[in-house]
Amino acid sequence: MTDLYQAQRAMRNMRRAAMQRGVIAILEVGSSKVACFILRFDGEAAMREADGVGPMAGQSQFRVIGVNATRSRGVRFGEISMMNETERAIRTTLQAAQKMADARVDHAIVCFSGGDPRSYGLAGEWELQDTVVTEEDVARVLSACDVPDIGGGRDVLHAQPVNFALDHRTGLGDPRGQIGHRLACDMHLLSVEAPVVQNLIHCIKRCDLEIAGLASSAYVAGISAMVEDEQELGAACIDMGGGTTGISIFIKKHMIYVDSVRMGGDHVTSDISKGLQVPLAVAEKIKTKHGGVQATGMDDRDMIEIGGDSGDWEKDRRAVSRTELIGIMRPRVEEILEEARARLDAAGFESLPSQQIVLTGGASQVPGLDALAARILGQRVRLGRPLRVQGLPQMATGPEFSSAVGLCLFAAYPQDEWWDFAIPMERYPARSLKRALRWFKDNW
Amino acid sequence: MRSLSLRRAVPVLPLRRDPAPSRLTYRMHRLWLTPLFRRLMRLGVPVFLLTFAVGIYLSDQGRRDALTETVASLRNDVKNRPEFMVTLLAVEGAAPEVAETVRAALALPLPVSSFDLDLAAARARVEAIPAVRSAEIRVQPGGLLQVTVEAREPSVVWRGPEGLFLLDAEGKRTAQLGARLERPDLPLIVGDGAERAVPEALQLIAAAGPLLPRLRGLARISERRWDLVLDRDQRILLPADRPVRALERLIAIDEAQGLLARDILAVDLRLPERPALRLAPYALTDMRRQRGIIPSETDL
Repeated sequence: MTDLYQAQRAMRNMRRAAMQRGVIAILEVGSSKVACFILRFDGEAAMREADGVGPMAGQSQFRVIGVNATRSRGVRFGEISMMNETERAIRTTLQAAQKMADARVDHAIVCFSGGDPRSYGLAGEWELQDTVVTEEDVARVLSACDVPDIGGGRDVLHAQPVNFALDHRTGLGDPRGQIGHRLACDMHLLSVEAPVVQNLIHCIKRCDLEIAGLASSAYVAGISAMVEDEQELGAACIDMGGGTTGISIFIKKHMIYVDSVRMGGDHVTSDISKGLQVPLAVAEKIKTKHGGVQATGMDDRDMIEIGGDSGDWEKDRRAVSRTELIGIMRPRVEEILEEARARLDAAGFESLPSQQIVLTGGASQVPGLDALAARILGQRVRLGRPLRVQGLPQMATGPEFSSAVGLCLFAAYPQDEWWDFAIPMERYPARSLKRALRWFKDNW
Repeated sequence: MRSLSLRRAVPVLPLRRDPAPSRLTYRMHRLWLTPLFRRLMRLGVPVFLLTFAVGIYLSDQGRRDALTETVASLRNDVKNRPEFMVTLLAVEGAAPEVAETVRAALALPLPVSSFDLDLAAARARVEAIPAVRSAEIRVQPGGLLQVTVEAREPSVVWRGPEGLFLLDAEGKRTAQLGARLERPDLPLIVGDGAERAVPEALQLIAAAGPLLPRLRGLARISERRWDLVLDRDQRILLPADRPVRALERLIAIDEAQGLLARDILAVDLRLPERPALRLAPYALTDMRRQRGIIPSETDL
């Protein structure tokens, strides 16, 4: 774990370097598409003071100057299965985005949905040496959290302090400078399979990019698709992607749970392909043009030409009613939503004060999904679109870009993670120069 | 039925192109997007090539000479076109002798190209001539160099230590004079510093209207005041301060009593409150006799 810990610290330094240079790439490697945004950071924007607008969730700080999305290749369930293909897809989208931005990028922040994310809640306690909480104490209490057995071959992707408690007071956001005796903290730790991360890192290194950050796509989709009060009061975001469906639960603006269902829009497409006996490309086209999950009487008369080029007249002239198509799609969508419901139940979502659920992602664009989801997930379901960010073209404002947009926000305002805090002195080797320097810095 | 040999040619489907750029293309694109490299290629390389080519061309002495020669001959061709040649010099606004002086001062080897003319210097040369107050030189269409001269008008004749000169109203010399009789129309002034007080002298001459037929000249005394010298060696001694007024008073007296027609050597007006007369010796004796100051002698 220390290995990835060091790597994450290195990424933070890389991110700082990228901010100084002013240009950073946002790369979303999904199962059905690879999207790349290029952000330009102008420092503190001039409009901030101008008309009393607040920081706008960090949006005024950056501007999207290059956007491209291309079909993903060699990615299944959000994990890289064919590295060369994925590398080509990343190269394609990066080159196009760089061309649009007319700028060269050297740093990328990446998100992915696979790797079987698992959440753990950690708790730690620390007796304060003097009564005032210092940064050192915060670092100590974070490292005092007892790490559960996350299994071999897994790495920590996020480790965010969620809550601090001082003596009997809890719910502290920032305990520094407060007076007490006993500091406790809750931390949310998200682990993913290490080979998935390593493959992705390798793939991006092969494109001459430095990685300035890694994020889980369920988490960043939640950042962009949920409005502020939903994040504050507690809500779940279901990011229905191509290969996986990511679930993230937020409360008090902190992610507290992430899970993923290894099913998504691609499975609906393959169902259609199998059910109607058409190629996958045609099935995808039929799904996006005519798909739905709520059949009405009108749909019986709505005949869809399936087509084909087999040379057999009977096969090539086939047509199905839209009801039949809905009959194929609906069970799969229901299955995905029921699986998501099961994950939410397992996470104890019903004990949260607010039961809001936000559906986003490319597969959430099926007409009638909100009605179907309301029957499975409860009444408080809405379809979420990503936040509007500066410079984003109309083509990239759909819900399929919510994790990419969320990643932009993540790049501008990252959540403090465990590796952002100072390393407690005990962690240094006993005779290291760094330890001596730290001792000087702390005591003078 | 078709024959087997005439089988329709099967169109060869082109291989599906991979939309992804190759690694080389990708790297080249990124290199091209690097600002420094881009500036180098867009500015540095053309500048270098141009400099290099020009340098190679000019490294040969023969080419350099040919180039300078071409440039010089081109320049000459343009310069010597008839449109730019000046063939005639016209001097306006000056007496013929002044015009001759101007021509001599300019000393232009006509015809000459107007590109070779330094009009400012020529103007300075013309204005250096004493008889010329100001000059204007311009090249007129048709190859005419027109010099418009504003000549100095001689107002007085000055007899100085170096001879006779004509002075204009400001006291500037306009010409030298051989003899006084060459310009009998102009009044004569003499004395030290007379040439520096010409305006005052001209005022006096203007005020001396009725005396003009008798006026022989003005004499500057002690570089301070004027004496009017009339015929019969009569002098009118004017004060340094407000001489015109004193002269007018004298003329008024003269008109009323015929003062200057009498046998008087000088009228001294230097003290305005006490004008004095100097009589001729004979008149003085006569007056004394009439007054009985000296006994009358018998006419023998």
